[in-house]
Amino acid sequence: MNEQAQLNDELIIAETWMKAGKEVAIATVVSTWGSAPRPSGSHLVIDEEGNFEGSVSGGCVESAVVAEAMDVLTTGEPKMLEFGVADETAFEVGLSCGGNIRVYVERLG
Amino acid sequence: MDPLVLKKLNVARNDRKACVLVTNLDDGRDRLVLEGHMVEGELGEAITKVLLTGKSNTVQIGKAEFFLNAYLPPPRIVVIGAVHISQAMAPIAKMAGYDLEVIDPRSAFATQERFEGTPVYPDWSEDVLSQKPLDAYCALAAVTHDPKIDDFPVAEALRHNCFYVGALGSRKTHGKRVERLLADGITQDQIDRIKAPIGLDIGAASPQEIAVAVMAEIIDAFHNRGLG
Repeated sequence: MNEQAQLNDELIIAETWMKAGKEVAIATVVSTWGSAPRPSGSHLVIDEEGNFEGSVSGGCVESAVVAEAMDVLTTGEPKMLEFGVADETAFEVGLSCGGNIRVYVERLG
Repeated sequence: MDPLVLKKLNVARNDRKACVLVTNLDDGRDRLVLEGHMVEGELGEAITKVLLTGKSNTVQIGKAEFFLNAYLPPPRIVVIGAVHISQAMAPIAKMAGYDLEVIDPRSAFATQERFEGTPVYPDWSEDVLSQKPLDAYCALAAVTHDPKIDDFPVAEALRHNCFYVGALGSRKTHGKRVERLLADGITQDQIDRIKAPIGLDIGAASPQEIAVAVMAEIIDAFHNRGLG
């Protein structure tokens, strides 16, 4: 991995945040159906102040995931979130049939 | 996620080692499985599948649901020789999503002008590959047909178990190359992995057609590679 790629890599960012003493949550797309914009395995990492890096949907559900992540950081209990990607978004990515994603949110440590 | 697992995962990715992060979605426990350290049973079979395809997915085993997240190093194509064939390979590789770099100690050939947007090293591969070693997720194509330039990287690619090793040259040229490689300590099994004549047999004649044949052979080798 080159230096530029490392700067943008959310799992390296998560480790950096952890070493800096921050609380970190990791959200991961675990399944997709239809025209989901990000493939399974994509990550979004969130710190306790709501800062985030990466993406699980290309922008449509990130704010909801960040809000749920705050809850996960407090309780320490992982959560499975399900989203139907809004029709408009699905249309923008080139398919009008909509898509569904499941996102697993867990606390680091 | 276990912080130690995250650290191991980042080390593996930085070292270009393929691995799968296995998360039990019922209890949240996770572990990292590196290629070459395989797991028994149904879960092991599912892990092997995602390592080969690179497609992460969930799998139901008994009562538990697991998420298998595959992290494969991006395949890297190293071409020895800044010639017509490699000039045509570079854009094909880019379109197909493979990183490609060119090494040629003949600085008149290895110029950035001839390879816009592609990393070009006007150095001996002995020097370049000691800084950026080959690995199992690299393909090496040697297309200068000059033994002084091609022999070392071909031997190096075999020693590092590159998923593809191809070398340009007629059967006669290759015959002589085999003799030199054997004398250099390369085994017959390793030699049998060399694709020579290089490229799928599609009757390619021009450098551009040979580039298509070589890229197709590399893609085929990648999708049919074995696991370490």
